[in-house]
Amino acid sequence: MKVTVNIVRRPDIADPQGATVARALRDLGHGAVRSVRVDRSIHLEVDGDDPDQVRAEVVRMCEELLANPVLEDFEVVVEG
Amino acid sequence: MTRIGVVTFPGSNCEHDTVHTLGLAGADAELVWHRDTDLAGLDGVVLPGGFAHGDYLRPGAIARFSPVMGEVARLADEGRPVLGICNGFQILCEAGLLPGAHIANRDLAFICRPVEVEVVDTGSVLTRAAEPGRRLRIPLNSYEGAWVDPTGEGRVVLRYTDDPNGSQDQAAAVANQEGNVVGVMPHPERASEPILGSDDGLVLLRGFVEACREVKV
Repeated sequence: MKVTVNIVRRPDIADPQGATVARALRDLGHGAVRSVRVDRSIHLEVDGDDPDQVRAEVVRMCEELLANPVLEDFEVVVEG
Repeated sequence: MTRIGVVTFPGSNCEHDTVHTLGLAGADAELVWHRDTDLAGLDGVVLPGGFAHGDYLRPGAIARFSPVMGEVARLADEGRPVLGICNGFQILCEAGLLPGAHIANRDLAFICRPVEVEVVDTGSVLTRAAEPGRRLRIPLNSYEGAWVDPTGEGRVVLRYTDDPNGSQDQAAAVANQEGNVVGVMPHPERASEPILGSDDGLVLLRGFVEACREVKV
């Protein structure tokens, strides 16, 4: 099954990359940009037939390795 | 003789400098491989700078699962001195042996220059030999060098006198509550001989070696 993990930096943690991208966009004339956050997506292919089981396993992967709970939240999307 | 292990991960690049400098500070330092699972007989351990496991995913995220880390955690739990320098600091945070985590420097610049730090807490194995308030000039060499700690549990022991990277509380070095596990972002081992332009880092490493010598388990 194809699974996408979206790793999102928690709102209370600074995102220097997003701030720099926002500045660059404004410099290009996109003055309407209020803020930018840059997040990460991880795409997996995982063996299994049961979407709930696959999701549960990928959630464990996030907790173990893929996301850092100090900085990040995550969202697991099982695409089938 | 005080025996200190310096862990080599794939991608470490400061391990030889660290062994050399711990020798200057009076220790019998040796390299240990990240797959070693027995650090019996060592009085303390150092995780050196570099890019362990390529820094993939996040610095330290994969290194924390290297087989040696079980022993590093055991030494830390026993109260033995554990020091992470630069990438080693990032690994200790990822491993949960120190609070907080690291993000990119505020201005997204890779910073590679000497910085000044002030000793603000001498109750750690790194800062015990330095006088409170003393200012040290030590090279900083990092991109993801800004420490953040939403929990507020970190104990800042060295503080930047300016604010080079956006680190919370201008923290340059952080200890656990017990003071036996410390992470430092600048490199004391690169400022430990006058020929290098500064030997300010030696007081830190001497203190660490003393702590390793004195620890009784």
